[in-house]
Amino acid sequence: MADYVVHREIDARGSACPGPLMELIRALKAAEKGQVVAVLSTDQGSKVDIPEWVEKAGHKLLATEEDGEATRFVVEKAR
Amino acid sequence: MAEAIVNETKEQETSTQREATRQKMSIILYSGTVDKLTAASILATGGAAMDMQVNIFLTFWGLLAFRKGAWKELERQKISAEFAEYAPMMMEAMQQGKVKPWMEVLREAKEIGDVNVYACGMTMDLFGLKLEDLEDVVTAVQGVTGFVAEAKDSAITLFI
Repeated sequence: MADYVVHREIDARGSACPGPLMELIRALKAAEKGQVVAVLSTDQGSKVDIPEWVEKAGHKLLATEEDGEATRFVVEKAR
Repeated sequence: MAEAIVNETKEQETSTQREATRQKMSIILYSGTVDKLTAASILATGGAAMDMQVNIFLTFWGLLAFRKGAWKELERQKISAEFAEYAPMMMEAMQQGKVKPWMEVLREAKEIGDVNVYACGMTMDLFGLKLEDLEDVVTAVQGVTGFVAEAKDSAITLFI
């Protein structure tokens, strides 16, 4: 079972690269440290780009879930 | 209280250090066709997201594409001649909103990171343009030497 509460869910399905990542960046900027944001993406590049960015930006990727055509990334704002 | 002030100073220092050591991406944007403008904007976004300082130098047709309002005139947007056969596909994707207008992508890149857009002074003179004739994402006019001075230690340099 997931031991986190998703503070905000973003549906970025259908949005082309770098749309989903941009939406995640914006949501994390607006969030407070410790809050969790989830983003749903159908963009193939997201699978590499989002984990890469999360690591570089110093946040925490809590989960990556396949959801049909889409991938759901669950990210905690860590700083 | 004193401890808080010390911490704050430390944080400021780290942020200044980060600024100084931030890697650079330099893009010379020469083309004014929508496919290349889109590619350049997306690459700039990637650089900004990865905490690089992105400097874009607009010259010739790349600069003309930044005249106020030009990017909104969809029917006047052209695809590079060598890829003309793909034009209908690209236009369709743009009209369906699958691809965001490149100017919006670039604005977003500026929002999330350190992105500077410079207009080439020589092109400005050639076409009789002033800074106020250009979209407000363009921050200043620059000469080629100024840009080279800024770009010479770039980790990534692109001519588009």
